[in-house]
Amino acid sequence: MPEFRNVGEVRGLRSAAFGFMVFLYLPIAILILYSFNSGSLVMVWSGFGLNWYAKAFANADIQRAALNSLIVATVATALATVIATLAALVMTRGGPFRGRGASLAMISLPLMVPEIVTAVAMLIVFAGTGLSLGLGNVIIAHVTFCIPFAFMPIRARLEGMDTTLEQASADLYGSDWATFRYVTLPILMPGILAGAMLSFVISLDDFIITMMVAGAGSTTLPVYIYSMIRQGVTPEVNAVSSLLLLASVLLVTLYWLVTRNRDAATA
Amino acid sequence: MERKTAIDVAGVVKRFGHGPAGVVALKDVSLTIRDNEFFTLLGPSGCGKTTLLRILAGFEAVSDGAVSLYGENIAGLPANRRSVNTVFQHYALFPHMTVAENVAYGPQRLRRPAKEIAETVARMLQLVKMEKFAERRPAQLSGGQQQRVALARALAPHPKVLLLDEPLSALDLKLRQAMRAELKQLQRATGITFVFVTHDQEEALSMSDRIAVMSEGEVQQIGTPAEIYEYPANRFVASFIGDANFITAEIDGIIDGVASCRSARGLSFTLAAAPGGKPGDRVTLFLRPEKVRMEAPGDAGLAGRIQTMEYLGQSIFYQVDIGEDAPLIVAGRNRDDGGTPYKTGDRVSLIIGADALRMLAA
Repeated sequence: MPEFRNVGEVRGLRSAAFGFMVFLYLPIAILILYSFNSGSLVMVWSGFGLNWYAKAFANADIQRAALNSLIVATVATALATVIATLAALVMTRGGPFRGRGASLAMISLPLMVPEIVTAVAMLIVFAGTGLSLGLGNVIIAHVTFCIPFAFMPIRARLEGMDTTLEQASADLYGSDWATFRYVTLPILMPGILAGAMLSFVISLDDFIITMMVAGAGSTTLPVYIYSMIRQGVTPEVNAVSSLLLLASVLLVTLYWLVTRNRDAATA
Repeated sequence: MERKTAIDVAGVVKRFGHGPAGVVALKDVSLTIRDNEFFTLLGPSGCGKTTLLRILAGFEAVSDGAVSLYGENIAGLPANRRSVNTVFQHYALFPHMTVAENVAYGPQRLRRPAKEIAETVARMLQLVKMEKFAERRPAQLSGGQQQRVALARALAPHPKVLLLDEPLSALDLKLRQAMRAELKQLQRATGITFVFVTHDQEEALSMSDRIAVMSEGEVQQIGTPAEIYEYPANRFVASFIGDANFITAEIDGIIDGVASCRSARGLSFTLAAAPGGKPGDRVTLFLRPEKVRMEAPGDAGLAGRIQTMEYLGQSIFYQVDIGEDAPLIVAGRNRDDGGTPYKTGDRVSLIIGADALRMLAA
């Protein structure tokens, strides 16, 4: 019997894989399907219609929540990506310094901390300090959990980068700034883009922390969807959820296209 | 006429790390590289040649000693303010830039006018025969082509000194040999002082005006290729460059600078005495394999018996037992009548000219 086999020949693998895919994606497929239901009952199909999308688009609360989500995700991503880039540069190019290992652990730790803990901690901080910046509070909270997501791909890219390129730049009369601007940053760009996309999607989809820290008027889309469900589920929830999903998928696809072209050019 | 000094290295020491765990990479290295010279740092890996090159480039600071470039002390000057450019071992071309952008990088950082930069790039690419590839990216080039771009990029700012860190080591044999002649020609054409680092003795001998042979952080000898090959300063240099036979002997007597020596097994040799040698000294005699003539057994010469033969095409290496501890290596040339008239086990006579044998200090 051969040591290695084509996985396609493993008995039962196809049906197991198929079952797994159904388990993963069937609920989402149904959610999307019923967003096109013309009737008002969520689980009773009454015909194809875009009326729930029209209603969702016309809903001023949804518009406001979507706008909030976009503002929070954009600002939080920008801040988190800049901070993560600086942190990654210090970690990989800053030479050895005291507490380097501890710093690295602390940057990555928020990935392991249960989200509800971060959420409660943030709530206490804002309540205790009386800090009330409206959407600003949400942005601060989002920056804290977006940093490690932005940090990981940026650091990976920097560690994979040949440091003799930076030496070559210095050798060719490049100042520290010129070396960063013309050599390090362009080569690092795919990593920064990956970090930013990841951070944007994480921020856009966040529910627990936002739920805790968002005051009146700072509701984001996920929080608004949750409040809609409490008032009774209509296909309008499906429509809004589908749109949120579409935004995430578009972002990931865009990232994939951008990095693929870049890598084809530089590899 | 004495030429100007390009680089003067005086008493340079380089230590990595501190205390007992520290490593001394360079122990008191001093050497002078002349203007417009093709100078090679030659030695086995770990001898300190790359460390010295990195000090010249400004990537490493000296622990002690002074380095000057055309009379200016550069020990404290960062890499980006030295008129010295480097061709890196693995080229280090910027992957996100085209060939032309790579070559333009140095002149751009020096804020040369755009028109001048365009002219320089065109001239440099022509110099290394890469004009057709200006818009390619490094990843689309072969190793040899990347090598040429790296040369063009380093020459474009017209440095006072070009440093080359084993630039040929990543190329295959044929290309390496072709590039030797081109590098030498390029050095002549540009008039720039080249400092070339290699562990390949053939590369060093074929291209250099002068060679510094290094070992364990020290310069063993500096000289022209012929001086180093013919008159090695010590046993390390003799064995590192080319093939060599060593015979341990004792000086019996010296008359008019000609020493008569006797080996441990009683063979006697006469040759020029090394300076300071006196009767009773134990010395090492050194002999290149190609300087021994092999003949059919006769009265003249040293009697021996062929132990083994190694056929290398162009030449044949014989190990000949002459009664010493180690057999004598003799190189015979391939001849027009096809190979060699000798076979293993043959008795032969070895003719060694008085000038072929040299005495090494210790």
